[in-house]
Amino acid sequence: MWGWLLRRLGQIIPTLLILSVMIFALQQLMPGDPAIIMAGEERGDPQVLAEIRAELMLDRPVWEQYAAWLWRLLHGDLGFSWRIRQPVGSLILEKLPVTLQLGTMAFVIAVAIGVPAGVISAAYRDRPADWAANGIALAGISTPNFWLGIMMILLFSVQLGWLPPSGYVPLSEDWRQSLATTIMPAFVLGGGIAGVFMRHTRAAMIGALGQDYVRTARAKGLPERTVIGRHALRNALIPVVTLGTIELGRLLAGAVLTEQIFSIPGFGKLIVDAVFNRDYPVVQGVVVTTAVIFVSLSLIGDMLYMAINPRLRAA
Amino acid sequence: MTARILAPLAIAATVLAGTAQAQAPASNLPNLRIGLREDPDILDPTLARSFVGRIVFASLCDKLFDINDKLEIIPQLATSHRWEDPKTLLITLREGVSFHDGEKMDAEAVRYSLMRHLSMQGSFRRGEITDLESVEVVSPTTLRLRLKQPSSPFLSQLTDRAGMIVSPKAAEAAGRDFGAKPVCAGPFRFVERVAQDRIVLERFAGYWNAANIHFNRVTFQPITDSTARLANLQSGTLDLIEVTSPSDVPGIRGDRRLRLSTVDGLGYWNIIFNIGNGARSQTPLGQDARVRQAFDLAIDREALIQVVYEGLHTPASQPIPPASAMHVRDLAVTARNLERAKALLREAGVRTPVTIDLMLANSPEMRQAGEVIQSMAAEAGFDVRVVATEFASALQAAVRGDYQAYLNGWSGRPDPDGNVWTFMHSRGAQNDGKYANPEVDSLLDQARTESDPAKRTSFYSQAFRLALTQDRARAYLWHPKIIMAHTARLQGFTLVPDGLIRVQGMRLQ
Repeated sequence: MWGWLLRRLGQIIPTLLILSVMIFALQQLMPGDPAIIMAGEERGDPQVLAEIRAELMLDRPVWEQYAAWLWRLLHGDLGFSWRIRQPVGSLILEKLPVTLQLGTMAFVIAVAIGVPAGVISAAYRDRPADWAANGIALAGISTPNFWLGIMMILLFSVQLGWLPPSGYVPLSEDWRQSLATTIMPAFVLGGGIAGVFMRHTRAAMIGALGQDYVRTARAKGLPERTVIGRHALRNALIPVVTLGTIELGRLLAGAVLTEQIFSIPGFGKLIVDAVFNRDYPVVQGVVVTTAVIFVSLSLIGDMLYMAINPRLRAA
Repeated sequence: MTARILAPLAIAATVLAGTAQAQAPASNLPNLRIGLREDPDILDPTLARSFVGRIVFASLCDKLFDINDKLEIIPQLATSHRWEDPKTLLITLREGVSFHDGEKMDAEAVRYSLMRHLSMQGSFRRGEITDLESVEVVSPTTLRLRLKQPSSPFLSQLTDRAGMIVSPKAAEAAGRDFGAKPVCAGPFRFVERVAQDRIVLERFAGYWNAANIHFNRVTFQPITDSTARLANLQSGTLDLIEVTSPSDVPGIRGDRRLRLSTVDGLGYWNIIFNIGNGARSQTPLGQDARVRQAFDLAIDREALIQVVYEGLHTPASQPIPPASAMHVRDLAVTARNLERAKALLREAGVRTPVTIDLMLANSPEMRQAGEVIQSMAAEAGFDVRVVATEFASALQAAVRGDYQAYLNGWSGRPDPDGNVWTFMHSRGAQNDGKYANPEVDSLLDQARTESDPAKRTSFYSQAFRLALTQDRARAYLWHPKIIMAHTARLQGFTLVPDGLIRVQGMRLQ
């Protein structure tokens, strides 16, 4: 177990290094010169452009820019945002709790709706409950986030006046207002993923319910609730956990459209603005942080398999 | 069943929302919440570039001068000015003005700020006040500014960021990080900024015009989606918003809780033709003014504005907006004339359809405008390909000459020079089509140094006849209106053509 964990941790470092090289390489392919954007009205003045390039090290070879960035990163310094001159590290620390909260809430909503719906759907296969769950899941997956978001704002904020239409209040400041500002975006995000969870849980449960051990359990006279909950669901959960770690990783990478609509200042908004403004230090910082989150979640997912399925521990 | 599901949801939402409204302001004055279209860039008057940043500065940093709704220059931190000769400007300052850090705003502080704008590395103000040669402190309330050459737009530059005075002590201490906590002499002082979420300013009790300030705090919230911004206004979360989508206008007009405010802006939208910027200028469109004229004649500006902008904006013939006293009145807006357009193409001897790549920003409205132009031009014998390009890439393509025609806009400046010289002069930094005509250069230089508005208008009139009527360097399409919406409870809001929000005199009832 410990050897496996060390091996997995050892794989993370080269993965992150390769990723950081890729970020730099892709930035070079991106059209749009950061110096021209920053020069604004003086973009036609070569002296101004040269000054900006010198200040931002854009006049140096790419490998030199990369080495300088990596050196600073190893010292815990992610550099400064070119656009608003704030340290990237503090920007990320500012946004991370927002994204973590929104992502976690959306994930909880998705699991709370998706997994039970999938189980019910499998247990009542080809009956009205199954059709209804399938229909709702399909609607959840197919509804565009921006449309659902706007509709929810119009209903719950403009018409009913129950919830604030946008913005974000940290949990530490006022937990009730914090939940009030994040419940709609979390529902929009989680609703779509709930459909995916439902479909996967249903398929895995149908597979499990057809297994011999389920027939044996029923033959033993176990109540149906125990058969489904203890025997079928536990085995069916493995692919769902895999899906869960991937979906949670995606949620924590920021939800661009939802954050734009609800003006949630999370990772999604941060990276979109940074890309459009060619604010490279911010792009690099956010991508590396997201990658670390993703890789960590994948590791946690693998550890969860072992907790759920004892046979994997021996492997 | 539905009631059983909705009831707990409603209770939970009410509890959550109730706490949101329970917070009482620190003082009896209300707070003002403003919705911006995007997050401003750095809040340092010397280094700032964005338009929305100027809206925040209007509450944070007072300027030497301001403009009113008639575009007249009025005093702010300065009380008066006098030209001793065409190159020497004497400015008298308001007495008893303090910065947010309690330091005194005097002639030395003004000298410091102007020199900072002029010499700081990466300053975006340098180009605006490049004619400034020296600043002499005559007395604590009097300065003498000497210019390298006579400059009529110089004074108007001091009505914008170049005229903003920062606290020398705070600026020296913070260096290049001054924008993270700006200290000026405006009605509100900086409290906090959470990037992409909010900028919070607080009433400055020591403001020289404090009796005219009726808010405790001003909060600026960037909300990029126009529908979401409007929903925030409708639900009462915001008090005043920028309206960027004309399709929102009928809904605002029909809502009795809201008020719409519009004014003719200072800017314009135009098509820049690549005439001399690299290989892509070597096309019939780039090399023959008759082809450009035919293209111009194919566009029905009224119909374009009606289709894309609900008829809100004003058709344009030139870069100087109708609100300006120096607008060239006898330069008519091009009327659509397909017969004439086709005749010009025949005269030019080009094979039709003439293929044109029209670059524009990748936004729904711009793409729609491009498609309208595409279908109009097709009737005259043009095959327009709409090249929707993300803004940063478009800017790079424009500078490098990697385009044939580029539909873009300019927010505008109070003095016509800011709308003309840099775009039409052969040495202009934003002359992306590399249009060059020595006669036009000379006329624009004369308009820059002449102080009599009538004579300046005459120079512009002659320059436009050459650059626009004869050479067809650009095709001006429309002057956009500045559109804002606010709650009916907000009183005393006056929109000035520069589109900034001046909080002085405004109050919430």
